[in-house]
Amino acid sequence: MPPERHDIALTVNGTAYRGSVESRMLLSDFLRHDLRLAGTHVGCEHGVCGACTVLLDGAPVRSCLMLAVQADGHALVTVEGLALDPERLHPIQQAMHDHHGLQCGYCTPGILMTMTAFLSENPSPSEDDIREALSGNLCRCTGYQNIVDAMLDAALTMRTSP
Amino acid sequence: MTARYFGAAVRRNEDSRLLTGQALFIDDVELPGMLHAAFLRSQVAHARIRKIDVSKALRRPGVIAVYTAADLGAYWQAGPLLVPAPPIPGLIFNPRMQVPLAKDKVRHAGEPLAVVVAESRYIAEDALDDLLVDLDELPVVVELEPALATDAALVHDDVASNVASHAHQTKGDYRSAAAKAALVLKRRFHYEHGISSPIETRGVVAQWDARARHMTIWDTTQAPVFVRNGLAAILGLGERQVRVIAPFVGGGFGPKIMMFYPEEVTLPWIAMRLNRPVKWIEDRFEHFFATTHERGQIHDAEIALDRDGRILGVKDVFLHDTGAYNPYGLTVPLNSQCTLLGPYVIPAYDSTFTAVFTNLPIVTPYRGAGRQHGVFVIERLLDLAAHELKIDPTEIRRRNLIPPDAFPYRNEIIYQDFQPLEYDSGNYEPVLDKVLAAIGYDRFVRHEQPSLRAQGRCVGIGVACYVEGTGIGPYEGAKVQVQSNGKVSVATGVGTQGQGHFTSFAQIVADALGVDVRDVDIVTGDTDQFYWGAGTFASRGAVVAGNAVSAASQAVRNKALKLAAEAFECSEQDLVVADGKVSITGIPEKFIRLGELAQRANPMRGAVTPGTEPGLESTQYFGPAKGATANGVHAAVIEVDPETFDLKILKYVVVHDCGTVINPMILEGQIHGGVAQGIGNAFFEKLSFDEQGQLLNASLADYLLPTALDVPRMELDHTVTPSPLNPLGVKGAGEAGAIPVGAVFAQAIEDALQLKRRKVELNEIPLSPSRLFDLIRKGDT
Repeated sequence: MPPERHDIALTVNGTAYRGSVESRMLLSDFLRHDLRLAGTHVGCEHGVCGACTVLLDGAPVRSCLMLAVQADGHALVTVEGLALDPERLHPIQQAMHDHHGLQCGYCTPGILMTMTAFLSENPSPSEDDIREALSGNLCRCTGYQNIVDAMLDAALTMRTSP
Repeated sequence: MTARYFGAAVRRNEDSRLLTGQALFIDDVELPGMLHAAFLRSQVAHARIRKIDVSKALRRPGVIAVYTAADLGAYWQAGPLLVPAPPIPGLIFNPRMQVPLAKDKVRHAGEPLAVVVAESRYIAEDALDDLLVDLDELPVVVELEPALATDAALVHDDVASNVASHAHQTKGDYRSAAAKAALVLKRRFHYEHGISSPIETRGVVAQWDARARHMTIWDTTQAPVFVRNGLAAILGLGERQVRVIAPFVGGGFGPKIMMFYPEEVTLPWIAMRLNRPVKWIEDRFEHFFATTHERGQIHDAEIALDRDGRILGVKDVFLHDTGAYNPYGLTVPLNSQCTLLGPYVIPAYDSTFTAVFTNLPIVTPYRGAGRQHGVFVIERLLDLAAHELKIDPTEIRRRNLIPPDAFPYRNEIIYQDFQPLEYDSGNYEPVLDKVLAAIGYDRFVRHEQPSLRAQGRCVGIGVACYVEGTGIGPYEGAKVQVQSNGKVSVATGVGTQGQGHFTSFAQIVADALGVDVRDVDIVTGDTDQFYWGAGTFASRGAVVAGNAVSAASQAVRNKALKLAAEAFECSEQDLVVADGKVSITGIPEKFIRLGELAQRANPMRGAVTPGTEPGLESTQYFGPAKGATANGVHAAVIEVDPETFDLKILKYVVVHDCGTVINPMILEGQIHGGVAQGIGNAFFEKLSFDEQGQLLNASLADYLLPTALDVPRMELDHTVTPSPLNPLGVKGAGEAGAIPVGAVFAQAIEDALQLKRRKVELNEIPLSPSRLFDLIRKGDT
C-alpha cells in the first residue's frame, strides 16, 4: 500500500513553496532534501541538540520534531533567509564572525535561529539570560564563551542601529 | 617581508559560508538517482551468527538490495592496522581489526550485520525491521579485570586470552628509588573518558562513474588521503581512479580519523555494484555504537618521594579497555603511559599496561587520546604526597618542574610516534606563576577560603599541570599557486573540522606573498586537489601542514622575485612584494601584479630556458624529526553544594605555551572548546554499560553534553617558548584544553568539601553529583 501523501503549501524565507509529502516526513528532511535548503542541520533527530532550529511564524521550533505537514500554511525562516543580502550579514551573523563564535559551524544555523527569536523578544539581555536561552543548543567546539560575547554584541548593535 | 597577519587575531575566511548556510556538509551532497543505505546492527554484544534472512526486506517496495557479509565475497576483509607495533622490547600485541559486516560472530552491540539499500532513507530504515536474524548469544566481556580471568569468554577465539597488548617501559631503576624514599604512596585510580559526540555524526556518499571508471567518495573523515589509498587498494583501483573529499566536517575530535569504518568500506562497493550513487548518514543513536569511543583505564600507581617532596620515582600498572577491536594499536594507552611523566623530573619510572579486548565498541583516540588518564594519575599522586608531607600542592609541583636549562629533556621511553620521548623545549615555572597570579592563589587560600568557610560555603581550588606531545610526523605537504586573477590558491592534504585552517594557513601565505588574507583560498581534504598527506590528528595541523604551507609560499615568493627581476632587469634585492604586486623599491609606479607574473610564467608560444617550471606555484613538504611538546597549567575555583553536590565553577584559568602563535583568536577558541569537553568529561560524561554490554544512555537526553550553563567564562594567558623542531616555532594546541580538567576538579572538590578530614579521596573521573554523593556517604560511614 503506498504511503499516504499530503499536498502542502508554505512560505520559506518569503518564497512560496508547494509540495507533496508523506505523512511521516520530518520538516527537517523536507527543508533539506525536498526544498534543498540544506543550511538547516540535523544533529540528533530527537530534539536535544537544537541544530535544526528554524523559525515558524517567528517562533523557534525544532524541525526534526515537526512533520512537514504541520508546517502547511505557515511561514518559515531558515538560516538562508537571515542575511539581509549576500553581502550584508544579519547583525547576529556578523557578531558571530567578529567574536569567533563558530568553529566547525555545524550547530551554528540552529544557534543563529534560536538567538534571532530570543533577541527580538529580549533586546537587552544579561549574560545569564543569554546563557539560559542558549542552553537548548549544543555546541561541541566553542565552549560557548565566544557565542555569549557575540550575542551581547549583537544585542547592542540591534538596539543602537535598528 | 613584514608579518602583517602572522600572530594577529584575523577573523576567519571560512565563516561567511558557514554563517549563511552555504557550506557543503556530507548530508548536503545530493546526486541524481541517489540511493540510501541503512545498517542493521547487532542488538547483543556477543553472539554467533546462525542465519540472516533478508527475503522479506527484498520484497518491500523501494528496496533495491540487501547485503550481508556473505555477499561481499572476496571484498570482505578486516580493516587495516592503522598504527603498527612500536619498538618496545618484550611487547605483546594481538592486532584484530574490525570487519565490513559481521561474519560468523558479533563482538559488540551495534556491530553491523547487514545493509539495506533503498530509494529513500525512510524505506531503508523500514526494511531493517524486515530482516530476521538468528543469533546464538555468548557470555559477554565488559569489565576489565574479569576479562583477564582464565575462564573469561574470549572476544577473539583465535587469541588465547583477552589481552590485546601488553607493554612494559622503564626509565631508571624504580626499585632502588623507592628504597631510598621518605614516602611511598600507592593508590588505585579509575579514569573514564567518553564519546566525542560531534554535533554532526558520520556519513559517506559514494558515486561510481562506470564510463570513466572513477570513484568519488565524500566522507566525514579526518584523513582523506589514507582513505583514498586504502579504498583504492581494496576496490582494485589505482589511486588516481579514486577521489576522496572530506567536505566541511561538523567536528571530529579524533574518532573521525578511524578507518575503515564498515560504512566507509561497504558504500563504495555498493555504488560500484549497483552503478548508482549511494548515501549513508549515521543517526545519533547509531553514533553511540558505530563511532569509536575512548572510555576507561584502571591504574594501580605508586609514587616515591624524598622528605622535601621531590619525586624519586613512579610505578604504574594499568588496564586499558580497547573494545572489541584494536585498529589503532597502542596509541591511547601509550599516550597515557608517556604523558603521566608530565612536566616533572621523574628519575625512575616503571610502567606496565595491558590493553584488554571487551565486547564493547572500539576505542580509538578522542581529544587528549589517553593523555587525560596519565595526567590524572600523576596529579592525584602529587596531591596525596603534598598532603602527607604537609607541602602546599602548588609548591610540590614547583619543586618537581623540569628546569629550563634541561631541554631537550629526555624521558627515554618510546612515545606514540615510535621515537624515544623527548621534550624539545619549554619553560614551565613562569606558566605556573602566571596561573597562580591569575587565579589569585595566595589570596584565596589565606583570606577568601577561610571567610567563605566561615559563611558555611564549600569552595575549593585546584591547580594541575600537564604536557602535551603534539605535531608528530610523518609529514604534510602544500601546494601554493598564484592564479591569473592574482588570488592565491593553497591545497593541502589535511582535512578540517573547525580548526580554522582556511584562515591560519592563509595568514602564513598572505604575509609571504604580500596579498590580502581574504585573497588566499584554502582547499583541504580533497585528494584530487592535493595528493599526499596524513591527516588532522594529534594536534598536528598547524605544526606540520602549517610549516609546509610556509615553505611553499616562500618558494613562490622566490619565484615571483626572480620573474620580476628578469622583467625589470634588476636585482631581486631591489624588489618589494606587497599589495598583490612586485615593485621596485622607491619606485612604486614600477610594478607587476602577481597575477600577471603567473600568466607570464605560462607562456603560450615561444621558448623558455630549459629547466623552467611553468606557473607561479610550488609544492613543498614538511616532516618534523619528532613531535613538539606543549605545556600548560589549569586552575579553578569551584563551589560545591554540600547537600546536592551540584557544582559551580566560580573561576577558571588556563595558561598555556604552544610556542609561536599563528592566530591567538583561533587558539583561544581551541582552548575554550577543549576545556568545555574536559568539563563534560570531569563532571558527567560517562558511557554506562550494563553487564550485557548494552549502552544504557545512548541518546543526548541521557548522555549529557555541557551546555552554555555548564561551561564558565575562562581566563586565558600564554607564554611563548618556540619549538626548535620547525621553522615557524609552533606547537600544537588542539587537545590542551581538555587534558587536565579532571585532575583540577578532583583537587578542587576535595578542597571545597575538606574531604581529607573525612578520609575520602577522589581517585576517579567522572565525578557527577550522584557519584560524589555515593563516595562521600561511603567515606562517612
